[in-house]
Parts: sequence; C-alpha cells; structure tokens
Amino acid sequence: MSEALARRPNPALAAAPGLTRRLSSFLYRHGGLLTLLLLLPPLLWLGVVYLGALFALLIQSFFSFDGFTGQIVHELSLASYQELLTSKANLDIILRTMTMAMAVTIGAALIGFPIAYFMARYASGRVKALCYLAVMLPLWSSYLVRVYAWKLLLAKEGILSWLFAKLHLTWLLERILATPVIGGPSLSVSYLGMFLVFTYIWLPFMILPIQAALERVPRSLIEASADLGARPVATFRNVILPLAFPGVVAGSIFTFSLTLGDYIIPYIIGNSRFFIGQVVYVQQGTAGNIPLAAAFSVVPIVIMAIYLAAAKRLGAFDAL
Amino acid sequence: MITRQAPSATTAGGAAAPAVLLAEVSRQFGEVRALDRVSFAVEDGEFFAMLGPSGSGKTTCLRLIAGFETPDQGTIQIHGRPMAAVPPYDRNVNTVFQDYALFPHMSVLDNVAYGLMVKGVGRAERHRRAGAMLELVALAGLEARRPAALSGGQRQRVALARALVNEPEVLLLDEPLGALDLKLRQQMQTELKALQRKVGITFIYVTHDQEEALGMSDRLAVFNAGRIQQIGTPRVVYEQPATAFVASFVGAANILSAEQAEALTGQRQSCALRPERIRLNGAAPAELQAEGTVLDVQYHGASTRLRVALDAGPELLVDCPSEREPAAPGARVSLGWPRSALQPLSPETPG
Repeated sequence: MSEALARRPNPALAAAPGLTRRLSSFLYRHGGLLTLLLLLPPLLWLGVVYLGALFALLIQSFFSFDGFTGQIVHELSLASYQELLTSKANLDIILRTMTMAMAVTIGAALIGFPIAYFMARYASGRVKALCYLAVMLPLWSSYLVRVYAWKLLLAKEGILSWLFAKLHLTWLLERILATPVIGGPSLSVSYLGMFLVFTYIWLPFMILPIQAALERVPRSLIEASADLGARPVATFRNVILPLAFPGVVAGSIFTFSLTLGDYIIPYIIGNSRFFIGQVVYVQQGTAGNIPLAAAFSVVPIVIMAIYLAAAKRLGAFDAL
Repeated sequence: MITRQAPSATTAGGAAAPAVLLAEVSRQFGEVRALDRVSFAVEDGEFFAMLGPSGSGKTTCLRLIAGFETPDQGTIQIHGRPMAAVPPYDRNVNTVFQDYALFPHMSVLDNVAYGLMVKGVGRAERHRRAGAMLELVALAGLEARRPAALSGGQRQRVALARALVNEPEVLLLDEPLGALDLKLRQQMQTELKALQRKVGITFIYVTHDQEEALGMSDRLAVFNAGRIQQIGTPRVVYEQPATAFVASFVGAANILSAEQAEALTGQRQSCALRPERIRLNGAAPAELQAEGTVLDVQYHGASTRLRVALDAGPELLVDCPSEREPAAPGARVSLGWPRSALQPLSPETPG
C-alpha cells in the first residue's frame, strides 16, 4: 500500500476536500487494492487458522503413539494408518459410519426434495416466509436439547410407543424393532432411531440448497418441456431433476459430512457400537492417542473427496 | 363458469375448420382483465400476427392457445377440436419462447430432439430428424454445443428448430426476435417469413413491433387493454385504421377530433391523417389545404418530420422527403392533402 501511495502526487487529489473523500477516490481508482484490503482478513483466517489447523491435523496423523509410555512419538510414520486399516473393529466403525451417512443423505433428499419443490414452485409471499420459518425454526434451539427430546420421543415408554399403542399398532413397532441390524430393544437404542434423529437434525441443510437450485430453474423451461409434449413426470425427470441436481449434491455434502463427523447423536441415541466421531472423541480425550484420532479424522475428508469427484463425474456441477 | 357460445365463425359442412379459433375468450388475473371477450379465427397456413403494447393481452392470448393458461370464459378450438380440457403436452402446438427457454444442460442436438424423445421416437431416428432440422435453420455443425456457447441469433434458431421438428399444427412465436439487435432482427424477419412459406405451418406471432407485424404477417390483430381493436391485412390495418389507437400505434398518425376535423374539412367526423400523406407548400395539387407555422424539425434520414401548428388550431406531423431543403422552425408553410387521406375512425373499440 505504501508503494501505491508513494506514486500518487496528484494535484487534483490534493485539492480535493476531506480525507475520506480523497481516500474514497483513491480506492476507486485502484480497484485491485480495495479488493485486496477487503479480502485480507478472510484470507488470513482461511490460510492460517483454517488450513493451518487442517495441516496440523494431517501432521498429527503421521505421528505415532507409544502405548507403554502414553507419549506421542514425533516422527513421521504410517503407524496410525496401519492401526486404522488393519483392525477389523476400526474398519467396522468406518463402514458403519459411512452406511449411516449414506442412509441419512438419501432419507433427507427424499424427504427434503418435495418440501423444497413446494417452496420453490408453489409457495409465495406469506406461505413461503412461513416455510422458511418452519425449516429454520429447529436450528434456533440447542442441538443437544433437540437430540434429548428425540430420545424421549423414541424411548420404550416414549411418545412414539404410546402413539403406536393407541393406534393398536404395537405389533407393527415390534415387527420393525425385530428387524436385524437396524432394530433393537427400543427405537432409542437402535440404528433406525439414530437414522430418524440424524435425518431430522440435518434436514434443513438438505432443503435449503435444493430449494435454491429449484428457484433458479426458469418457469419457461418447464413450460417449454410441456409444450414439446412431455408429461409432468417426463418434465420432472428430464428438466427439473437434472437442473436441481447440483442443489441435491450440495445438500448431500452437508448431510453426508455432518453425519460422518457427528459423535453426540450416536452417543445419546443408539447402542454402544462406535461411530467415527466417537472414536475420535475417545482416542484424543481419554486415551490420549491423538495420532490415531487424527487418522480417523482424515477418513471423512478422504471419503468426501472421493464423493465430490464421483459427483463431478456424474455431471452434478455441469449446470452450475 | 364457462359460458359456451356458438363460435362466431362456425364452419359449414365440408369446409376445413380454421387452424385456431377463439370465441369470446376472457381471462382475468386478479383485478386485471388481461383478455376481454376476444374472438378471431386463424386460417390454416396463415402467418397471423398479434400486435399490441405490453400488457395488451397478446401474450396471454398466445399462452391460452399453447395451454399454459385456461380461459375464464369462452372457447378455444384448434382445427375444430375444443381445447378446454387439453393440457399443453397433448396439444399439437409448439411455442418459440421469448427467452428461447433452451435446456441449458443439453446439447443443441438434444434440445432439438427433445420433443421427439418424449414422444418415444428412437435415438437414431430423432437425431437424424433433429439434424435435418438444424440444417434447415442453418445451424449444421453446432449439434454438440451447449446453448450457453451460442450467440443470441443462434439460440433463436435452435428454439425455432426445436419447435418445428415436432411438425406442429400451429407454431406460436412469443416476440422471438425481441432480444436480437436491429440488423439481425431484420435478417431473421426475412428468414422466418421464408421458412414459414417453406414448411407451410400456421404461424401465430406476438410482437410489439409494428414494423415486424406489418412486414411479416398475412393478417394481424391489434390488441389494446385486453381487447382486439382491429383485424385485417397489414395494408388494411395501416391504411384504414378502425380506431384512434390503431392509427397511432401502427405507424404515426395525426388524430383529429370531430371538432378539429370539422374546422379543417367541414365534416364532423373524427379521423386519422398519416404524416406522409400531407404535402408541403403545394408540392402537388391538393383537395384540402391549411396554413401553419413550423414548430420543430426532426431529421430521420430518408424523411424529415415537421411539427406544424395550424392556424386553425391543431398541430400536425408532416413527413416530407429529405432531399428537399426542409423548412426551418418558425417558417410559414401551407399544407395540402387529398380527401382520401382522411381515414374516419370509430369512436371506440368495435364489438
């Protein structure tokens, strides 16, 4: 900046009244400098705090942990990754977390799309504002409170069981809970219950990007499709869905990565089987094995990278 | 709420039904009456223009024919078939949209083949026909491009090809040249007209550009405030405008009120007088004459327009050829015109 100021002896400027006015006109004529000034704080944040932390995490994952002394060995090695990838229990945790993240993503997309579609295409004015409010409202209260509220809903003596009983459908609930893997003694300690809570918690993050994408599809494209002889289903498949797909992908990035990293919901809802987030929590906290925790943390990053590459190949970002 | 009325132009026995028939069609949007009891028939193979200012109802009319809107009252028939319950995708009518509405995620070829694809035409066949249509609109070689990689004029042609490839009974065009620059617009006017003759499909063409409507159409309807002011050939609409609105919207016109006309001609009848029919300073012997003072002069290239305040009261616009040295503002001039140049106007919209 000092250099730019140095080559500025401009009589017209010197004559201009007021310092702020001179500063304004100087910045107006040096647009690049203004952009740099505006971007400096966020760039510092991104570069140092954000990427720096990520880099520290990556480095940690290449250290190893001495089980006897409980000390971290500050030498680069692949020991943590070896431990991560050779243990059946660890691989199970990764697989379990990924499966849940996928199920939640698909569930949220299936539930979220019609809501987003209604908001974008049919709702207007007051109704639309109400929709936004309804979608965002859960985000106003504490995440923990909401998860515990769900625990009460799903518990064996909870509201859902009561509702099923009132509807004389207890047999149905028992049938569902008897399903291997996803079932359990009650919804509040089953994968099914965990899926419900995850889907509920992350749903706004799916709805809003899809809604934004649908909002950008001009009405004339839909009319053109009908005009050319496409029935509503064909229009949806050939025009609306491909154009809304970037929104679905954006939403799925949220739901997928948030589910991959969460450790509170598996802790409160569900059985004692671990998810990635819980392992990270336990390993860095109680066990003090930060390298293994870091290695576990790298897993979601790698999965997301693969996921995005696949989405790009599928042409998810072509319409952007 | 639909009041079925006998169409105003019912077809007798063996005669073919008109391509499009609107009978007493009305459409209301909230407080606004977008169309008010509009009736007309478009013959098969005709190039029919709907001309009017924005908000006059011409686009609503087009959307009713396409099926995007349903009339509140009245009936629409396409080749004799009532369209009341027929959705757009079951009408053999295609539209060229004002913004072209090309599918951004598809190639040019897939855009053109879209209508055939949703009708279940096989891949090879539909690509062959789409390719042939692209050739017809002079776009061969651009099949693989995305619409975003085309110029405005090229997009316009893709939109045209995409509609025509379905061989519609009627092609609807919603201000298709509105987004193009003047030169390209004039070129496309010629091409569109030639294309229409070649394919022989009925064209219904919405525009707010009177030059376009006059130059391209076989017949045109002039819309204002949801009503049709006049239907006729371009020559009739221009030379015998039915109302003051038509006279001033289609070309320039001097509108004389009944009182003003009486002062000038002796006849108490509101009428229109085209500026180019007025002769300056006895350039030719004239049946009717008036004296006045030039207020200002506008040079338009081929012609020069004078604004003249007549001694008798009204102001008149006068177009005279530019090769003559025009009168300067403040100059005294005498104006003359034949009696036939005065076109009597009906006071309001005809029924």
